[in-house]
Amino acid sequence: MDFPWLTVIGAVPLAGSALIAALPKALAPRARHLALGVSLITFVLTLVMAAQFELTRAGEIQFSEIHSWIGEFGVSYALGVNGIGLVMVALSTVLVPLCVLAAWNEIEPDRARLFFGLVLVLEAMMIGVFAARDLFLFYVFFEAMLIPVYFLIGAFGSSERRRYTAVKFLVYSLVGGLIMLVGVIGLYGSGPGGEQGFLIDNLTGLDFSSSTAERLMFVAFFIAFAIKAPMWPVHTWLPDATDEAPAGVSVLLVGVLDKVGTFGMLTLCLPLFPEASKWAAPVILALALVSVLYGALLAIGQTDLNRLIAYTSISHFGFIVLGIFAMTSTGQTGSTLYMVNHGFSTAALFLVAGMLIKRRGSADIDDYGGLQRSTPVLAAGFLLAGLSSLALPGMSSFVSEFMVLTGTFVKYPAVAVLATLGIVLAALYILLTYQRMFTGPIKEYAAGWKDASAREVWVIAPLVVVILFLGVYPKPVLDVINPAIATTMQQVGVTDPEPTVAEGENK
Amino acid sequence: MNAPSFDYAALAPMLIVFVAALLAVLVEAFAPRARRFVSQVVLATVGIAGALFAVIYLATQDKAVTTAGGAVAIDGPALFLQGTILVLALLAVLTMADEDPESGAFTAQASAVPGSSDEAKAVRAGLVQTEVYPLILFSLVGMLLFPAANDLLTMFIALEVLSLPLYLLCGLARRRRLLSQEASLKYFLLGAFSSAFFLFGAALLYGFAGSVRLSDIDAAVSDGATATAATAVVGQDGLLLLGVGLLAVGLLFKVGAFPFQSWTPDVYQGAPTPVTGFMAACTKVAAFGALLRIAYVALPGVRWDWQPAIWLVAALTMLIGSVIAIVQADVKRMLAYSSIAHAGFILVGLLAMDRDGIGSVLFYLAAYGFTTVGAFALVTLVRTSTPEGGIGGEATHLSQWQGLAKRSPLLAFTFTLFLLAFAGIPLTSGFTGKFAVFSAAVDQAPWGPGLVLVGVAASAIAVFFYIRVIVLMYFNDSVGDAVTVTRPGALTIFAVGVGVVATIGLGVLPAAALQLANSSSVFLP
Repeated sequence: MDFPWLTVIGAVPLAGSALIAALPKALAPRARHLALGVSLITFVLTLVMAAQFELTRAGEIQFSEIHSWIGEFGVSYALGVNGIGLVMVALSTVLVPLCVLAAWNEIEPDRARLFFGLVLVLEAMMIGVFAARDLFLFYVFFEAMLIPVYFLIGAFGSSERRRYTAVKFLVYSLVGGLIMLVGVIGLYGSGPGGEQGFLIDNLTGLDFSSSTAERLMFVAFFIAFAIKAPMWPVHTWLPDATDEAPAGVSVLLVGVLDKVGTFGMLTLCLPLFPEASKWAAPVILALALVSVLYGALLAIGQTDLNRLIAYTSISHFGFIVLGIFAMTSTGQTGSTLYMVNHGFSTAALFLVAGMLIKRRGSADIDDYGGLQRSTPVLAAGFLLAGLSSLALPGMSSFVSEFMVLTGTFVKYPAVAVLATLGIVLAALYILLTYQRMFTGPIKEYAAGWKDASAREVWVIAPLVVVILFLGVYPKPVLDVINPAIATTMQQVGVTDPEPTVAEGENK
Repeated sequence: MNAPSFDYAALAPMLIVFVAALLAVLVEAFAPRARRFVSQVVLATVGIAGALFAVIYLATQDKAVTTAGGAVAIDGPALFLQGTILVLALLAVLTMADEDPESGAFTAQASAVPGSSDEAKAVRAGLVQTEVYPLILFSLVGMLLFPAANDLLTMFIALEVLSLPLYLLCGLARRRRLLSQEASLKYFLLGAFSSAFFLFGAALLYGFAGSVRLSDIDAAVSDGATATAATAVVGQDGLLLLGVGLLAVGLLFKVGAFPFQSWTPDVYQGAPTPVTGFMAACTKVAAFGALLRIAYVALPGVRWDWQPAIWLVAALTMLIGSVIAIVQADVKRMLAYSSIAHAGFILVGLLAMDRDGIGSVLFYLAAYGFTTVGAFALVTLVRTSTPEGGIGGEATHLSQWQGLAKRSPLLAFTFTLFLLAFAGIPLTSGFTGKFAVFSAAVDQAPWGPGLVLVGVAASAIAVFFYIRVIVLMYFNDSVGDAVTVTRPGALTIFAVGVGVVATIGLGVLPAAALQLANSSSVFLP
């Protein structure tokens, strides 16, 4: 039997969190070292696994493991990834060590065990949710993952509103999850049943007795994912959550966790409910467009740095959903790449913002100014992350945003044109913010500030390198994604419009 | 007519507990006061454990019999439920026995008027009301018989045997005795009414079928269905439906379903907490066992008549339990409303009317029971502090639970686990149970999907109030020295530990238990 890579990669952080929980009080400050070590091991293991990923079969599920789990329900413990799953698992395992490093001095030593323990539990859940090949297992991770985030926000939030925020986050997500549960149970009823009745492969390509049933189930899934992603109009929990959460948690929340929403749309909604997906596409495209523009407009109006980044993400999630439901291979490949790129650029933005907020003690943009002179390195980091976020050519997000827009344009020109406005607005909210915070005369409060420490450079630098690298040479990631998207397109039963762009090797 | 034959082996679990109860009365009468407490605890534990072994033995024999002249059916569901009840009762007795009598949950002398000099004298003398244990054992006999009763009269007797000791037990709280006595009286009055309804229903069904045997009622129902209009006796359908309705009132009262739920919060709050745990877990299991047997053995033929009513009851029970729980400010009352909501969820599984339905109900009852016993055991540990620095009564007001995670992280963590299980979060037993009942019900067209939707909505509402307690414990500041967390004894730790293991075990690896529940889901006709 093959080596169970995915189980091991998920089990390492889980074991790490158990170790941290078992640390005696005297060793509590060591929790961060342990967490960093464990997350790095996980990352290295992921690299080793990725090296064995067979590119020629990237559209198929690899590293699969199937064991019966709850036979009575037809539930299996089934893991496996195709190209899309692989990049998402990789994204998670890359970001966790950086988040641990970012929180290095943020957490009081006596609470470090709780914080880093929960972060590692969260990592295990994230890997599980992206690797699950059984719908029930997916649902279990999807829901269980909320609990660590809930405690991270509620216990380590920055202000008195943290309780409200944590509960709001949990209630939104759980309601979405429960709606999905109805769909999950319903889908099982329409499937073949039996010992492996929940395997996603066994539920794909079902012949639904009525299109109404299929549509209802699709809606149940979609609502859960839309809340997660989050899309307008169920997005309001996200700005609140990022407002409170420590920077590292925001990164995991927005960078990885919310991707479960778009990941679910792409890898569950479309293959499981192809007819209903096509039926709902126009409405979803409209919602996505609203998200793009609404998120961008509100971002411009924000005075709080963390809320601003949250709204930019809502706008970007709009793009991702747009690409998925445009139903072209360019659009969907672009969306998948966008999930990765957005993870990195948003992570960089949140982390630099966190460093600034730590120094200033305020997240209010108006409290800053002239920082370019006192902290040039941080300013450069923020600018690079921002430029990536506004999709400047040469930055990674440009590639993906361009692909999403061209992919949408060939089918829905009007939607694509309107969505392009989002790019213009993005330039506004990033550059205006940069101007207000970093340019101008140096202010008194910042006179004694130290620029980025070595640790902080180590947090930012890898992200910047990845952003630039993928901006210039996205081929390695695209090679992994493309075949998987082709499979998805085939499952949905759509083809690219005829007079399409020349089908080159790599778009 | 021949004398009925008794299969003593099949009846052994009940007989063992019954003999233990009788011995306990003798101990109460003859053992010197100083030894009573220990002897009672040992007797109760041994009796329950012995009965449990008998159940396990019977289960391995894999035979199903009706005995005692057909009055008792020992079949899969009966054995599963008896086993569940015995395990839960054992845990409940352990938490009762663990407490230092001085600061324990039970009154020194129930007969002393609250606040009187008699009471003060009894407390000073260090008296303990050790009658608790025989009462528990008698009640347990009723509980074991209730889901195994194969005719309505036996069922009624079991109902009374299980209820009467409980009424007494509810009034035995050491502190806030007036509240406890009020709870006892309220439970007794309403319980007596519900028993009367049950009896009246049984009489009407006897009028309809000419027998109280469940299988005879079923036969009469199907005869009625095949009879032509000419042979059907006018008015008999009325007897049947009225009887079914009245019977349902009696049983729904015991499980705490809407609209007969109003006693639950008062009684759960007033009763001594270990008794509440015992009652919440074991009574619910026993009563649902009886409900299952009546629904599946006696009345499947008229299910088109009663299903809509129970549908409505289940939906309203889930919603009302969840909604009212939101505004509760007392832990025990909150758990009471939570138990009401859970009764609704179990009814969803009961409505499925197939083997999956029975299996899901059996599993849900076991899962819920373990979590409940554990949760109430933890409630007994959170106490107010007396001005002298001693340990006072239980601090059940939610405001007293603020910041508990800081003073007792382990307790807060364990209680959080139980709350998450009640809320039905994946990887806990609560989720597995809910999934089981929902998936059993969802393919029961035309009503199933709707009820599942209501259930999901109720779960979403319920999440809110469970989370609120977690917020209080973890994210609020501590209330200072007004509250102390007592150090649990070994027995309580054991009971809570079993609860934790079961809650996680039935959530992460439930396959074996589900299989057991499903293979136990065949009733003897």
